[in-house]
Amino acid sequence: MKQFYTLLFSLIFLISCSNNNSEVIDYNDNKISDGGILINAMSAEPSNLISMIAGDGASSAIASKIFNSLIRYDENLNFTDDIAESWEISDDQKTITFNIKKGLKWEDGMPLTSSDVYFTWKLITDPKTRTPYGSDYTIVSEVEIPDEHTFIVTYEDNYAPALDTWASLEILPKHILKDEDINSTFFSRNPTGSNYYKLGDWVSGQQVNLIKNENGILGAPFINKLTSRIIPDTSSQFLELSAGNIDLMNINPIQFKRVFPAKPKLKNKTSLYKEMGNGYTYLGFNLKRKPFNNKKIRQAINYAINKQEVIKGVLLGLGEPISSPYKPGTRWNNPSLKPYAYDPEKALDLLKEAGYEMSSENYLTKDGKILEFEIITNQNKQREMTAVLIQRRLKEIGIKVTIRVIEWASFVNRFIKTGNFDVVVLGWSLSLDPDQFNIWHSSQQGPGQFNFVGYENKKVDMLLEEGRRELDLDKREKIYHEFSKYLLEDSPIVYLYAGYGLTAVNKRIKGIKSPAPPAGIYHNSYDWYIPKSLRRNELSDK
Amino acid sequence: MIKYLIKRILWMIPMLIGISLISFFIMHLAPGDITSSEASFNPKASEESRQKLRELYNLDKPVIVQYGLWLKRIVSLDFGNSFASHQRPVLWQTKDKNGNIIKGLIQESLPITLLINLIGIFLIFSISIILGTISAVKQNSIVDRSITFFIFVAFAIPGFWLALLLMYWTGVMNQWLPISGLHSLDYKSFSQVGQFFDLLKHLILPVSISMLSGLAGISLYVRNGMLDVLHQDFITTARSKGLKEKNIIFTHALKNAILPLITIIGLSIPGLIGGSVIAESIFAIPGMGKLFYDSVLMRDFPVIMGILTIGSVLTLIGTLIADIGYAWADPRIRKGLVK
Amino acid sequence: MSIFKGNPLTLIGFIIITIILFIAVFASVLSPYDPNYIDINSILLPPSFEHLMGTDGLGRDVLSRMLYGARISLFVGFVAVGIATLIGIVLGSIAGFYGGWVDSIIMRLVDIMLSIPTFFLILAVIAFLTPSIWNIMIVIGLTSWMGVTRLVRAEFLSLRQRDFVLASIVMGTSNRKVITKHLLPNSLTPIIVSSVLGIASAVLIESGLSFLGLGVQAPTASWGNILTDGKEYIQFAWWLSLFPGLAILITVLGYNLLGEGLRDVLDPKNK
Repeated sequence: MKQFYTLLFSLIFLISCSNNNSEVIDYNDNKISDGGILINAMSAEPSNLISMIAGDGASSAIASKIFNSLIRYDENLNFTDDIAESWEISDDQKTITFNIKKGLKWEDGMPLTSSDVYFTWKLITDPKTRTPYGSDYTIVSEVEIPDEHTFIVTYEDNYAPALDTWASLEILPKHILKDEDINSTFFSRNPTGSNYYKLGDWVSGQQVNLIKNENGILGAPFINKLTSRIIPDTSSQFLELSAGNIDLMNINPIQFKRVFPAKPKLKNKTSLYKEMGNGYTYLGFNLKRKPFNNKKIRQAINYAINKQEVIKGVLLGLGEPISSPYKPGTRWNNPSLKPYAYDPEKALDLLKEAGYEMSSENYLTKDGKILEFEIITNQNKQREMTAVLIQRRLKEIGIKVTIRVIEWASFVNRFIKTGNFDVVVLGWSLSLDPDQFNIWHSSQQGPGQFNFVGYENKKVDMLLEEGRRELDLDKREKIYHEFSKYLLEDSPIVYLYAGYGLTAVNKRIKGIKSPAPPAGIYHNSYDWYIPKSLRRNELSDK
Repeated sequence: MIKYLIKRILWMIPMLIGISLISFFIMHLAPGDITSSEASFNPKASEESRQKLRELYNLDKPVIVQYGLWLKRIVSLDFGNSFASHQRPVLWQTKDKNGNIIKGLIQESLPITLLINLIGIFLIFSISIILGTISAVKQNSIVDRSITFFIFVAFAIPGFWLALLLMYWTGVMNQWLPISGLHSLDYKSFSQVGQFFDLLKHLILPVSISMLSGLAGISLYVRNGMLDVLHQDFITTARSKGLKEKNIIFTHALKNAILPLITIIGLSIPGLIGGSVIAESIFAIPGMGKLFYDSVLMRDFPVIMGILTIGSVLTLIGTLIADIGYAWADPRIRKGLVK
Repeated sequence: MSIFKGNPLTLIGFIIITIILFIAVFASVLSPYDPNYIDINSILLPPSFEHLMGTDGLGRDVLSRMLYGARISLFVGFVAVGIATLIGIVLGSIAGFYGGWVDSIIMRLVDIMLSIPTFFLILAVIAFLTPSIWNIMIVIGLTSWMGVTRLVRAEFLSLRQRDFVLASIVMGTSNRKVITKHLLPNSLTPIIVSSVLGIASAVLIESGLSFLGLGVQAPTASWGNILTDGKEYIQFAWWLSLFPGLAILITVLGYNLLGEGLRDVLDPKNK
């Protein structure tokens, strides 16, 4: 018996140590050809492929490949054609005329015309439609469709974010949906679209397959099939990537900077991409609570935080500090604004000016009370780590900070909506349209609204209102540059960092632009291809 | 005994109401509702629309009213529709006006969970009986000690740790087994048999991991049970009569030792529909564990209540069977009950 | 020590637990660094002379965190089991002694608790309160008393028929005295055994909760959260997986071996 076990274990040991990946793949083949399957991973399953109703990222990731909008963003984040080939803005800036391309077809061959656009607009503005996004479209006062290829919208008042809203509205087919209840139609699981891909097989809970749409109004992609595997756990996703079972995944800074370099076999078959991310993380003060109503305190804390340290520690350097809520490299970013430097002495000076003194236990006190507060954040590893680093720096200048991590729904409902917090670590997205009305205007402080920090600045209010009405790009730019200046000076939040988006892609996938343009690497995903020699052994492409 | 049975069955109705009431209230204790998802923090989404959604789902009514509405429906076996998955039925499929079939959430998640659990239980009981018997028969030998040690180690390993290690060893370092998911990519091109074996291949790791603690527990139980029986008088008598050892073990001892396992089977019934959310997350298995966990996080009340209801019914039935089995096996308690 | 003769596994269990307890108690003395000291220049270093178990994602020394983590794991175990055992003894003895409708109600309560998934309760409580270590312990305690209750009840039911108990009742001893002087001391075996085993299970539950993000929260170190932090780089930062995984394994093993060993030793049937 004993000898048997010894033999068995040695056999297992030997087998597991052998290198059976002896195949050498030559990734230098760059010949463009049609075909192939790209497999990626999603952490959650789409709930509903009608974007106006679904709220989750998984749904819009899939839906965006199936549907088109009137216009879209190009690689430099300027507007370009999609369903509309061109558009004109009237002199009074209140009317936009979209000229729709001729000969467009839905995937079932039916023509795509202005009546589909009108139908979609009517849907999203219908009070019975369960969409949270209607407000951008209900402000349209008049819509005209003089012919099949023209769509004209008129706003009562100039609305500068208008074009961005039309780039976000995915157009739905009237001929299929006109008799359906949009809230419960089976279309949400079995859509008909017009873009590069159409829905193939959706295996519930496991994978969503998209196949090439030969009738795509922007053309046909090279890759035949996109398979999104639903793998909730990111460690499992990484293992699948390592085994070559998935081609694409978003990775975190540690995987990017430490794991891949340490694993040459993995590195050899994977390309890593870095691009400006889509959001920024900030420390937000509750301006309705003492002492955060005092600008000096907020600025002091801003100076006391070492943002480079946070970027280095939390993101391993894969991020940038920012000084305005816009994507670095875009025109809305004010290049003359610099983030607050790390200057603990200046911080102490400001605090002393505000009346604080160092106590014997090394805490700042005023009127007998020490300066202490609680930072709350949701369950997000990076935000937690950020809070811990901030806590340490603030302790150094005598501020006592406690940290609490809270599950999301509780976080929003018990603390944010009720204004029951001291300081939060949270994130916003780096908006493509510069309008920040909903977040910073003093009228948006109601429960459930987004100015939950309680910021009020009349000058900023005016700028935000103006910016919404100015359609001239250069004039608009000036407005928002000034807005950013006030925001930085008032420091209702401390900009912590804008992290990079990190992606790992198997080297079989070609055609990815690097370095990534402002719109990111996915903007030309329809141009990606897999050379014949690098394809998987695919028995079928269905 | 019959009186006892009837009493217990009658008790089930108020208990079910009690359980559902408590669960319903606990569910509402946690703040937030379906409208508080992460996406709700999107500045483009308006508060009025969220409020409208709340009204639609009756979330603005007092909790006791919401409970009443739910109770009314559940009594007619209408489990309602999910809040999160936009009108998908909680339990069983429905047809829309065009004849499209919309599958129920539990309908889709339950089969795979049941399959994993049933395979697991079958393997647990068969392996445990073998291991426990060997251990008991060869008590205190090297074999017994190694088996016991192995059992304890299996019981003590954190499941997700072992899972990730095994996934790495069998899937990345070597390409023996799939890492996650239920099907290979091109499984549709396989034959029926091929598809079945493909599924089994994908289930090897998840079943093994979820089996471990059960295996350990039951093996120990069988071992102790067998030891008890083997030391009893009638066994000594049988031996002195000259019966073959094998005969003694299999026909006499084993039969007696296994009877108490009925209790355990009864207690396992409610567990059949429960999936380990951790194992299901790691192995990307869309089962009941993940369904339940996601529903709790998203405050999808109809789904939560649906799963809890089914679970409670099964638990009540299971504990009844377990108690009957336990009482039957232990004459001391049987007497106490009959009194 | 004669307890362990012929039962080497139980001895192993006892040794393991003693070592872990020692580590937990003397963590502050044994620990080379402050477990919460962040050093962003030492992120994810493999084990070395300076850091015997390497460092984690914020540059904190893993060995120090493991030592303090022992405290947390044991603390969670003891308090949770303490709560569960206390409730279990009280309810089980009342049910087993008085019988009748009191017993029915208590057993139905047990059934209700068994029907509501532990995890659901834990999530609700934690979401409502916040995932703090106390809440976790209380919730684990409040959801694990059912087993003890059943065991104590079963012991009482069978003991109650025994002569010495009946005699005591006839002599007029108060119910409370009968319970505390006669019944409880003789029911200790299952209570002790299930407590020891319960600690093991509490440690495992905490690690599972950490995986879901609901365990002991940062920056407090627990074996569960060290393990979870490293799960995305097990191929690279193996030290973040190996040490806490082994620690949990060995600790749970120790408690289980001891518990089962005590069961064998204390059970009169095996004498």
